[in-house]
Parts: sequence; C-alpha cells; structure tokens
Amino acid sequence: MVTELNPEALIADMAEALRAEIRARGIQDPLMIGIHTGGVWVAQRLHRLLGLSSELGTLDISFYRDDFTRIGMNPQVRPSNLPFSVDDRHILLVDDVLFTGRTVRAAMNEIFDYGRPASILLISLVDRGGRELPIQANVVGRRLHLERSQQVKLTGPEPLELRVQDLAPGDRG
Amino acid sequence: MNLQVDESGRLRHFLSVEGLNRAILTDILDAAESFAGVPEQTVKKVPLLRGKTIVNLFFEASTRTRTTFELAAKRLSADVLNINIDASSTVKGETLLDTLRNLEAMHVDMFVARHGDSGAAHFIARHVQSHVAVINAGDGRHAHPTQALLDMFTIRRHKGGFANLRVAIVGDIMHSRVARSQIHALNLLGVEEVRVVAPRTLLPAEVERLGVRVHTELASGIRDVDVIIMLRLQRERMQGALLPSEHEYFRRYGLTDDRLRYAKPDAIVMHPGPINRGVEMDSTVADGPRSVILQQVSYGIAVRMAVMSMAMRSRSGEES
Repeated sequence: MVTELNPEALIADMAEALRAEIRARGIQDPLMIGIHTGGVWVAQRLHRLLGLSSELGTLDISFYRDDFTRIGMNPQVRPSNLPFSVDDRHILLVDDVLFTGRTVRAAMNEIFDYGRPASILLISLVDRGGRELPIQANVVGRRLHLERSQQVKLTGPEPLELRVQDLAPGDRG
Repeated sequence: MNLQVDESGRLRHFLSVEGLNRAILTDILDAAESFAGVPEQTVKKVPLLRGKTIVNLFFEASTRTRTTFELAAKRLSADVLNINIDASSTVKGETLLDTLRNLEAMHVDMFVARHGDSGAAHFIARHVQSHVAVINAGDGRHAHPTQALLDMFTIRRHKGGFANLRVAIVGDIMHSRVARSQIHALNLLGVEEVRVVAPRTLLPAEVERLGVRVHTELASGIRDVDVIIMLRLQRERMQGALLPSEHEYFRRYGLTDDRLRYAKPDAIVMHPGPINRGVEMDSTVADGPRSVILQQVSYGIAVRMAVMSMAMRSRSGEES
C-alpha cells in the first residue's frame, strides 16, 4: 500500500502555524536550521515563506549519531554550515520526519557545540510517533500513526514528494 | 587479499594509496571536507569516537605528523596514547609483536604506526586482532598515505578538482615515501600529468613506470604546471655523495620568485614540511601568496580525522 501526501500544502500550513508560534513567544529575528537532507528541503521552503532575513543553516548530524559504534560512519556525510553565531539566538530546527527522536537529540548536541542558543523550536513535516526519547515538535505538518513495518519518505528537492509505504519483509529501513 | 578494504568495500586499514580506488579516496576527501568545519565550532570536537582508544606508535621521531594525528584523534573525542619507541623496549629485547600483544591486552582500538622499515604497517595490520584498525603514518621509503591525501585535499580545495591538472613533484624522489604515495594518489584521481623533477642521483630506477614524466631541469619541469610540490631534502643525503652541496642544490633546484614564473600564474606551491629555507625554496616563496604550506597543516588534521573515523571498526562487526 502506498499513500501520497502533498508536502507543499503541508509546508504552507506549517508556515502559518510557525508564524503564529513565533508571534506568541515574542521571538525576534529567529535563525532557521535544516537537518540534512529532507529537513533542509523543508527548511528552504519555510525560510522563503516566512521571509527570514538571516541565511539558512544546515546540519549533518552524522558525527553526532548514537549508533556509530554499531554501524560505522556514513560516507555520504555533508558539511554542516551554520553561517551565524547561535549564542543567545532563537533557533527554528527543521526536520522532515520525527520518529524515535534520536536525530533531534544528535542535532541539539551539535548545535550546542557551536554555542548556547536562547531557545530551540522543533518543526517537523511529519510526526509518525514511535518516540524513544522525550522529544516533541512545536509545529507539525501531519501526524501519522504508522506501524514499524511502514516507512514514510520524503524525496526531492524538486518536486517534493512524500510517500508512506510498507517495507518488504526483512528490510528494516 | 587486500588488507585495506573489507568484503563490502569499506576501509579496514589505511596502509598505502596503492590498493585503494578512486571511490574510496574521494570518500575520504569528502568526509575531510565535513571535518574541516569542526575547528569553527565553539567546542572544537565531535563525539564520533568517544570511548575508543587510539595508540600513536612511533618508532621514528616525528613532531608534526604525530601532533596532527593526536589532535585529529582528540577532535574525534577518542582517548590517545603516544608511545615513542626509540630504545626503550627494543633494548630490553621486546619484539614488535610483543609490543603489539601488550598494547592489545589494554583494549586498544586503533594503532597509528610510523616505522623506519618499509612494510612495517602492513606487518602490524596482518598481526593485530580483527577488531583493531591500523593507520600508516609513514614506513621506511614505502608510503606516507595520509600526507599524500592531505596534499590531494589541498589541491582539490584550491583547484576544484583533478582533471586537466599538471603537477610537478620536485626534490629527493628516491628516498621519499611522500612522493611515492602522492604519485599513486594523483594518478588514481586522474590528473592530466604528473612530473618528477630531480637530479638523476635522486631518482629511483625506472621511476617512469609509476606513471610520471621525468625532468632533470627545474625550468622545464615546472613549466605551465598548476601545482608544485617541493619535497624536503634530507640533509644526511649530502654525505652519501648523491649531491655536491646544499648550495649547489639550491642553485639548480631551489624555488625562487623568478623561477616560479615558469609555472602557471595561479600555480600553488606545496611542501610537506619542515622546510629547509634557502635549500628547497626561498623564504619569499615559502611565505608568499602562492604558498599553501600552512593550509596543508590544517587540512592534515581534517584528513586524518576522516581516515580514522572511516577505518574505525564497528564493535559488532559488519552489521549494518
């Protein structure tokens, strides 16, 4: 079974929700950081929709993963690029799929190695449940209740496509 | 059997550029590109190798190489032990294998080895337990692969790639493990032309078979090149009648601002260090705008971080 969702429409709704969240919190001039790879695609669109003035930051959390001793290094690692100081700034952290929470934990560890932000908001295109850590998103495009045997995948960057599919038996994704 | 890569083509040990392919070299350079950003963090380290123990096993004196390996390991959050074995153990009759067994009993995960004998790193890699990785930090006249890769990284950063490049390696090719590794790496990465420039007495027999063009004059050797790599002249070679004198060497092969004009206007000048000023090159060249020598040192840390993290064994074997 394959389900397709419209990511551009979800992102447009997320931009509205995020704008309201920023206003409610009284946040001035936030910095946006996308997590490679899908999170960067979502962040690029949100960044444009919100008309943020500071450059978009990107984060590859390969060096901060907690499963390095089990699976070794991902050779497709890309450089992280935070073209600003995060000290005392409000961070909008963007990912495509929120699942166990381990990626977000790794991303926060990495951000804190660059400095001490004033706050971090988490924005995710999809929240598929299955959390293994106490981490929740502030803005979510779509909540899905998926089995472990199901996978949600964002492909892009042009066009963005979001699919839910059943994994073949033995494929652990 | 290739000691350096496992069945799935991943790096196991890093012993020489020979035996590796362009894809692995490119993976290392790409990973180094990411590690090059780590010093810009407030906390200049990543937690990748936390809880791993790395031993720098140096049977030959070295300050720079050992220091950059040590710093690379520390920026990966590994614990590092430096062991300099000059006379300490060997005078007590302990063999290399005894030394390795003792260190393994201390649950070491990786050896970074430098040794005066060609083939020492391969020997160590053949005899360590399967979960231990070995990095060659220079063995005899054979290889110095991390130096070669940091040179490739420097070239790629400045020239954007390798195709269409002409590269000249100038100096004591005969005794240089750095030159051997560089020649293999440049050819694997597909530069247009590799030249070696040296007096006949400092060229190994049949050097052309490594895939280089030979020049015995500096002017023709560096004409229209994009990259000039100067090698360090070991002063002890002067006694072996291979060279008349340092002064004579500089007169014929020393790089000066005047001679640099033979190369392309945007050619870069590299040197593995430490420089003998006034022997291999003038200070005006070494400290001039075309010199990338200090960047080579910084890049060396990033490249060594990449090699170490890619070769580090996963704890439970090859599960993925």
